[in-house]
Order: sequence, then structure tokens, then C-alpha cells
Amino acid sequence: MSISNYDARILKAPHPVPGAPDNWKRFFSFNTDAKVIGIQYIVTSLFFLLVGGLLAMVIRGELITPPADLVDPTVYNGLYTMHGTVMLFLFLFPILNGFNNLLIPTMIGAPDMAFPKLNAAAFWLVPVFAIVLMASFFVPGGPASSGWWSYPPMSLQNPLGRFFNGEMLWITAVALSGISSIFGAINFVTTIIRMRAPGMGFFRMPIFIWTAWAAQTIQLLGLPALTGGAIMLLFDLSFGTTFFRPEGGGDPVLFQHFFWFYSHPAVYVLILPIFGIFSELFPVYARKPLFGYKVVALASFGITVLSLIVWVHHMFYSGTPQWMRNVFMLTTMLIAVPTGIKVFAWIATLWRGKIRLTTPMLFCLGGLFNFIFAGITGVMLATVPIDVHVGNTYFVVAHFHYVIFNTIGFGVFAGIYHWFPKFTGRMYYEGLGKIHFVLTFIGATLNFLPLHWAGLLGMPRRVASYDPEFAIWNVIASLGAFILGVASIPFILNMISSWARGPKAPPNPWKAIGLEWLLPSPPPAENFEDDIPTVINGPYGYGLGKPLVDDEEFYIRRANEA
Amino acid sequence: MMPTSTENQGINYGAILVISIAVGVDIFFSVLMAHWSYSWFPVQASSAAPYVDSLFSLETGIGTFIFLGCTGVMAWVILFNRAPKYDEVNGDPIEGNIKLEIVWTVIPLLLVLAIAAYSINVNNTLSTLGPKQKYRVGDNPAALVSMDPKSTVGPIEVIARQWSWEFVYPDGVRSSELHLPVDQRVNFRLISEDVLHSFYVPAFRLKQDIVPGSVISYSLTPTREGRYRLRDAMFSGAYFSQNQTDVIVESEKSFADWLDLSAKQPLQPGLDPSQPLYQRRLAKGDKGWATVPPSPPPLVNDPGNPSAPHEA
Repeated sequence: MSISNYDARILKAPHPVPGAPDNWKRFFSFNTDAKVIGIQYIVTSLFFLLVGGLLAMVIRGELITPPADLVDPTVYNGLYTMHGTVMLFLFLFPILNGFNNLLIPTMIGAPDMAFPKLNAAAFWLVPVFAIVLMASFFVPGGPASSGWWSYPPMSLQNPLGRFFNGEMLWITAVALSGISSIFGAINFVTTIIRMRAPGMGFFRMPIFIWTAWAAQTIQLLGLPALTGGAIMLLFDLSFGTTFFRPEGGGDPVLFQHFFWFYSHPAVYVLILPIFGIFSELFPVYARKPLFGYKVVALASFGITVLSLIVWVHHMFYSGTPQWMRNVFMLTTMLIAVPTGIKVFAWIATLWRGKIRLTTPMLFCLGGLFNFIFAGITGVMLATVPIDVHVGNTYFVVAHFHYVIFNTIGFGVFAGIYHWFPKFTGRMYYEGLGKIHFVLTFIGATLNFLPLHWAGLLGMPRRVASYDPEFAIWNVIASLGAFILGVASIPFILNMISSWARGPKAPPNPWKAIGLEWLLPSPPPAENFEDDIPTVINGPYGYGLGKPLVDDEEFYIRRANEA
Repeated sequence: MMPTSTENQGINYGAILVISIAVGVDIFFSVLMAHWSYSWFPVQASSAAPYVDSLFSLETGIGTFIFLGCTGVMAWVILFNRAPKYDEVNGDPIEGNIKLEIVWTVIPLLLVLAIAAYSINVNNTLSTLGPKQKYRVGDNPAALVSMDPKSTVGPIEVIARQWSWEFVYPDGVRSSELHLPVDQRVNFRLISEDVLHSFYVPAFRLKQDIVPGSVISYSLTPTREGRYRLRDAMFSGAYFSQNQTDVIVESEKSFADWLDLSAKQPLQPGLDPSQPLYQRRLAKGDKGWATVPPSPPPLVNDPGNPSAPHEA
């Protein structure tokens, strides 16, 4: 194959780019193209979704019967700790950074991120801390087994007394993950503030950009607290300090404050971009403008501000004085207001629309359905007297999974299907996508809905065995978990076969409005290159007959010709 | 809560009828769920339980109304607003409605403020949590916190360990199961000797973490005789799920009799639920991931009866 018919710029480029020979190699290199990094993030995190899911299967296998009979309780504790850690730090955070990388530059018309090398460094830290975390399975004594909260003094017990132990590797991995996320946040926020296309004022930005900005602001404000707490925990564990050890005058509850000051807002870091995905997709598949765009945009920052002052609701029964419980109950409940605004706006967007039930729309509708439910149980958990009963029981596990999988997970799948044609240049198979949705919805509901009742009856979370009165709920949950495992098969099949040999995707298969849909599929390395469009209208002009950018015909023609 | 585009066409009686019926059905199911929710809990065995259950029932009712309202609209849209195949036209370009947006901001705000105000009231009524006092290792934690003035029984020391429970009554009797007289406010001093634990009795609807290095004063009033499960609810390591015992709520007389009888019993090893599992692990060659060994069983006057069935 001759290389003479390639653009001179491609041949001069220091790394392989789309269209060039050995195109796939760029995914294994220190590539600085945000679209390559985005796919690197997404593929890596989907691999770890499988790892975390496999751990979940073992957990549900153990819990299908009351006694601890499948694995030793110590092994169970390590597995559930690693399940939570992998799912959060190696699946959800990286996959959303994948979306940030694919969507932020293309949606705002920037050629790349503000700091492309920092961006690549942030990604390549992921495999580094992934290896550290996975290595902890093989050190003597096994991996960390004190839950993803890693509360001292339990997390400091280090039974074998070795310097290299699972807990030590766990803290190191979490700290590295924090550094990676801070790199990412600096990059995303700078890019959004500084690199928007001409004419794209703040109130012409797509909601995904608003939510990414609101979420990454939380990263910048909250992560230093967690990282500081993690370093103190590491010092207590490995170097004999006593920040959190009571026998040296330390206070174990202090760690809980450090931890939750970041880790509660972290859930909003995860869900805000999903709110962004919902806000992008509902207008496309209902063919209507987003209802109340400005309020939906501003509500994102309402959530950011409130998310930073609610963390003590995780500590209502830690000995927190009554006045603090009351204050944090109130702030937590207030989050229902901006969140409610978004939910009602999405429903109003659907109202009298022209609904198309594609796979991404099904995942959005399913995610919204689950999220309304999760929001209601969230207000229940914020209510101190109820939380004092159901806190630290399976009710919390159920609520949390309704948020983290049944809403965020669904939003992630919706986003993958929706933007798959744009960034791979191929269409996915609708039939397999729908099978994936149906299996996921049934599996997730069977898995997480019954656990609410186990919690109301008083089944503590994190147990390896339980009293027989909780058996029925756990049997149903385990069956649901196995269906979820099966659901991954059509998904994997669809992704691999569509990317390899799916039909070629046109630039705008969904007839969506947005800068990214004015680009060819897949977009070239520098997106709009030298012809950055001038934005002249807001992002959701469905049925309004107003063009998004100046000379829109030019961009549509160019994308079709590419 | 639905935007209608009939504002300028006079009153649409058909729409009002449909919405009224929908709201009526929604209210019917919400009330049904609110009543049904009481059956999802264990028996009510403390003065806190009725408050918790009724608050939960209230929120279940409101939550059901919102959930069915929202998902009802979604179902309507999916059924009746679908685009026919190959239909590429847009929906009504409605961009917003200030009045509607104010309504759905203010109503949830008032709702959560009302729930919060009521919950604060419940918190103050129950006032379970007393002072939390730090102490240095070696000090006697019991001497640091005085008796809760409103309580008539106690202070009973609750000592949590990896993985056993020990209860010390004011006259020095020690037990592995917690005995309480019914309808009297009891004061506890919660103490942990190793890691975090949590004192959780689902039938009481109450839970309080136990923090090493601190002694926490905690009070509650059992209201129903019976045998209930006390579960450690804060993850405490390898045999966390074994760290359970029973609470026996009995009449004042049986409680006094039990105290007298137990005082005459010699100290003996108490319940130690993790020990058999740990011994089995050692017998199999200590396989599995690392754990600290269980602490030795507490020496108690009454080791209790782990095989007795519990009610909740």
C-alpha cells in the first residue's frame, strides 16, 4: 500500500492519526488527540466494568444463601472492597472522562484540549494505578478488605504486619487516581472556559458542557481533601503516625469527614455528566427543544454548591451532634430542588414530542425512570430518623446502586450508543442494542429493587452471611445479577462487530443539532481545523428553524464529502 | 404538572377530566402504598419505631405520588407521542414555561422544608444521643459520662469487640445478651476496644456507631416484650457478619429476677460467634486472606442462648 495519497500533514505527524496506515497503533501510544484519549478511556473502563461485574457475580453467588459457604469471609470482604473500588475508580470515573474527551472539544468547536499532554498523562495514570490495584490481589494477605470507605482503625490493622500489603497498595492507587482526576479537571475546565467557538456564549453551550464543567469544579474543590486524608491514612498505616489512631490521640471520625467531604460530591461528579447526556438525548429523540434550558443549565451549579455541604449525612449515627444532623439533613434535602427541576424539565421535553425509541433513547428513559425512584429513596435517607434505622443496611446499597448503576450506568450506555457512530464512523446494530437494554433493565430491577426490603427489615450491608429471614430478597437479587451478567454479551458483541464491520455512519445519523454533528464521522484529528464555525443560536433549536452556526450548509456539505 | 398547549383555545374539558382522573388514581395508589409500607418493617419495639415508620409511610405516600405522576406522563408520551416510521417532523417547539418552572421549584422546596421541620421535631422528641466524650487509653471510660438524667435504668455499658458483645449492668452483672425492662428509658455507655462498630437493633429502629477512643452516652425506651436481634452495622473486619446477639425486652419483674439470678452465677466465657469459624479456618491451614484473630470471649455471668429464635 502506497502512502503517497495521504495528506502531507498526516505524514509529518509525530504519531499515527486516523486514515493513516497502522491507524490502530495510536490507541496504544502516548497520543495527544482528545478523541483517541477518549476511546482509550472508554475501552479501558469497559474492560474494568467486566472485572468489577465478575466480582459482583461472586458477591451475589455468596449471598444467594444465608451462610458464608462460597468463599471465606475474609475473601468476601476483599472481593466487595475491590468491587466498589474497581467500579468507581476504574469504570465510572474513567468512562466519564472518556466522554469528556470525546465531547468537550467537538461540542464547543475546539481543535483539542487546552493541555493535550496533561490530558494524555491523566489517561496513562489509569493503567498505572489499575496495575497497582490489581497487583494487590497477589500480595501476601490479599487485597484491601475494609470497604471502599477504608475507615480506620479497621483499615490500619494490617494483620500480617508487612510493609507492602493490600491496604497500602489500595491507598496508593486511590491517591494516583485522585492525581489523574485533578489533571483531567484542570484540563476540562480550562478548555471549556477558554476554547469555545466564536459566538458560543455560556448560554449557548450544550447542557453536557455545563454539567461537565459543574462536575469538574467539584473535582477541583473536593479531591484535595480526599487526597490529603488518604495520605494521612497511608502515614498511619505505614509510617507510625496517629492522625486517626485513638491510642495516639488521633480521631477515627476525622477521616470520615475527609473521606465524605469529597466522596459524597463524587457521586455528583458522576451523575452530573449523565444529566448532561439525558439533556442532550431527550431533545434529539423527542425532536423538541430542551424545556427550560437556562434553568437546567444553572441547576447544575446549584447541585455543585449544595453537593459540597451535605457530606455529614453519611455520619448521622457516627456520634454527630443533633444540631449538625439537622443542618445536614436540610442541605441534603435541598438538593432535591435543583435535581427535581431537571427531572421535570426532561419530562416536559418529552411531552408532545415525536418520540423515537432507539437504543440510546430507551436507556435514557430507563435511566430517568430509575432515577426518579432513586431520588425518592434519597430523600428518605436524608431524613435523620429514617436514616438512623436504614443507614448502613441494604436499603443504602439498593439506593446507591439505583443511582450508580440504574441511572449512571444507563446514561453511560445511552451515551455510548448515541455517539458510537460519530466517533467510530460505524453504525451499531439496533436489534442487539434493544436486547441489551431489555436484559439490563430486567436484570438491574431484579437485582436492586428487592434489596430495599432487605434493608428495611434490618439486613446490614457488607455482611458475608445473614439471618434466614432475608433470604428471599437475596435470591431474587442474585438472579437479577446473573441476568445483568448475561446482558453484557449482546453489548460486547454489538460493540466489537459494529466497530469492525458495521455500516458506515453518516455525519449526522440522528438528525441531531450540535457542533459535533457538523463534523465528519469520525472527525479528523483537529475537528474543524481552520474553519471553526461561528455559533449564532442556542443548542436545542428543534422545530425552531434557526441554524446553529453561520453558513451551516458549508459544514454539512464538507462533512458529507469527507 | 403537564404543559398543555390549549391555553388560547378556551377551556379544554376533556383534558381537565383526564388529568383529574389521573390525579385521583395517583392519590389512590399513593395512599395504598403509604399504608402498605408499615408492613415492610420488623415489629415496633421501641418508642422510636412508630415515629420512624410513620415518617417513612408519609414519604412513601408523597414519593409514590411523584413517581407515578412522572412515570405516568412518561408512559403516556411513549404510548401516544411516538413518531411514525420515516416521520422526520419535529414536535411542538416549546422552549419553556416560567409559571410551570416556578411551580415545580417551589412545591418540592416547601415539601422538603416541611419534612425536615417535622424530622427535627422527631429528633428532639427522641433525643437518643447524649454527649460523646473522648478518653485516653488507660482511663476508665465509664467515669467520664454521667447518667442521662431522663433515664431510669442504667447506665448499662455496651462493649463491642472484634467480634463479640458484652453488657455490664450497674450492679456489676455481665452478660452476652442484652436484657432490658420494658417501657423504661435506658441509658447506655457505648465503648469499643478495637475498631468502629455500630449498635443496631432493627426492631428498635435505632443505630449508633461505637467509636474507639470515645465513650458515647445513648438512651432509648423499649416498648414491647420479646427477643430481638442486635446487629453490628458498621463493618468491623473478617467476621463482621457474625457479630450479632439478642436483646431481650421483658417485664420489670423478670428483668429484676434475671439480674438477681445472674449475679449468683460465676463468670464464664460468653458468646463468641466468630471463634468456631476462625477455628475451622485454622484447621484448614489458615487459608483465605489476612485477618486479625478474634479477641478472647468476654467473661460473663450469663452467656445467653444463641439458639433461641428471635422475633425481628
